[in-house]
Amino acid sequence: MMRTALRKSIGPLSAVLVAVTAWLGLVVTPPDRDQGDYVRLVYLHPALAWVALYVAFGMAAVCSLLYLWKRTRSLRFDRLAASAVEVGVVFTLLTLVTGSIWGRPTWGVWWTWDARLTSTAVLAVLFLGYLALRRVPAEAHVRARRSAVFALLAAVNVPIIHFSVIWWQTLHQGATVLNPNLSPTIHGLMAWTLLLSFLAFTLLFAWMVTVRYEIETLRGDDEQAGLAAAIAARRAEGAPL
Amino acid sequence: MWRDALLIARRDLTIELRSKVGIWQILPFGLLALFLFAFALGPSTDLLKASAPGLFWLAVLFSSILAAQRSLNIEGSVATREANRLLGLDPAGVFLGKAAAMAVELLVLEVVLLLGIVLLFHVAVASWLYVAAALLLPAIGLSAAGVLYGSLAGGATTRSTLLPILVLPVEAPVLIAASKSLSRGLGVATAGAERWLVLLAIFSVVYAVLGIALYGPLEES
Repeated sequence: MMRTALRKSIGPLSAVLVAVTAWLGLVVTPPDRDQGDYVRLVYLHPALAWVALYVAFGMAAVCSLLYLWKRTRSLRFDRLAASAVEVGVVFTLLTLVTGSIWGRPTWGVWWTWDARLTSTAVLAVLFLGYLALRRVPAEAHVRARRSAVFALLAAVNVPIIHFSVIWWQTLHQGATVLNPNLSPTIHGLMAWTLLLSFLAFTLLFAWMVTVRYEIETLRGDDEQAGLAAAIAARRAEGAPL
Repeated sequence: MWRDALLIARRDLTIELRSKVGIWQILPFGLLALFLFAFALGPSTDLLKASAPGLFWLAVLFSSILAAQRSLNIEGSVATREANRLLGLDPAGVFLGKAAAMAVELLVLEVVLLLGIVLLFHVAVASWLYVAAALLLPAIGLSAAGVLYGSLAGGATTRSTLLPILVLPVEAPVLIAASKSLSRGLGVATAGAERWLVLLAIFSVVYAVLGIALYGPLEES
C-alpha cells in the first residue's frame, strides 16, 4: 500500500521539481559573468549526464550482477536492468544534444572530438547494442543471461574507453562541483539550483524506470499467457506435446 | 584447458586452410577496403601517409568482424556442439582455441595489409619492434572480444547483423591505441606509443580472462 503510494507520488513530485528547477534556472538565477545566459544549461546538462552515465548504467550493472549471481537470480533484476538501460539511453542522447547546444556558443562548433563527448557517444552506441541484443528472440532466462553478461562487459569497458579517449584528446571543461580539489566553482543560488536539478532528474529517472518496469512485467506476463494458451490449444487438439 | 585449446585452434586453422575462406574472402575484403579508403581520400601522398595507420586498422577491424562470424559459424552447428560435449572439451579451452586461431588469421591478414599500405600509401617501417607489438597485441584483443561477443550475439541468423553493433563500440579503444602504436612503428608520429601498447595489453588480458570465465555459460544458453 505504502509502496504503491510512494511509486505513484514519484511522477508528480519529479514533475514539480523539474518545473521549479526550470523556473529557478531560467528566471531567478543570474546570468554568468563569462558565459551569459548560456550558463543556464548548467541546470540541465550535468544533471542529465549524472543520471545517464552514473545512475542508469550503474543500476544496470548492479541489477545484471544480481541476476547472474545464483542466490539472487530473478527476472525482476533483468527487467530492472533493461528498464534502466532504456531510460538511460534516452538520458544519454539528451546529454549529447544539450552538450552540443552548449558547445556551439562556447567552443564554436556543434560537435568536437573531446574525450567526454566521445566516450559518452561510444557508451550510447554500446547500450543501443544492449537494446538490440534484447530484441533477439530467445527464452526469457537465455535473453536475461546474455543481456546481463553484455551489460557487465560494457561496464568493464567503460574505464578502458574513458582512458583511451582522455589520452586521445580532451577539451571539455573540468567538473564544476566534484573537481579533483573538491572545491566547487559555483556558489549561492546557482549552486542550490544545480543541486535541485540533480534531485529532480534523478527522481524523473526513477519514475520513468518504474513505468518501464511495469510495462516490461506486463509484456513478460503476456508472453507467458500466450505460451500457456498455445499449449492448451495443442492439448485440446489431442496432439502429443 | 590448454590441451583443449590447442586441439580447437588446430581444428579451426585446418578448416580455414582447407576451405580457404580467409584467403579468398576475408583477405581480399581487407585489401579492397584499403583501395576504397585511398579512393575516398584522393592521391595526395602526404594525406595517405598520415592516414595510413588509422586506415590500416579500420580495414583490419572490419575484416575481423568477418573472421569472428566465420569462426563462430564453425562452432554454431548442433553437430559441433554435440561433438565438443561428447569429447568433454572444457569451454574455456574452446574459447582460447578459437581466439588463438582467429588471432593467427588476423596476424596473417595484418602482415599482408601492412605490405599493402607500404606499397599503396608510401609508408616505411621505422621500428620493427613497435610494428610487431602493434600487430600482435590488437590481434589478441580483437580475437578475444570477437569470439566472446560473437557467442553473445546468438545464432548465425542474428549474428551477421548484431555482432558489428555489439563489438565495434567495444573495440573503439583498440582502434585508437593500435593506430597510435602503429604510427610510432611507421615513423608517422613518435610520442607516447608506450602507454598505448599498455592499453592494448590490458584490453587483451581483460578480454581473454572474461572470455575464459564467460564463454561456457554463454554457450550453454
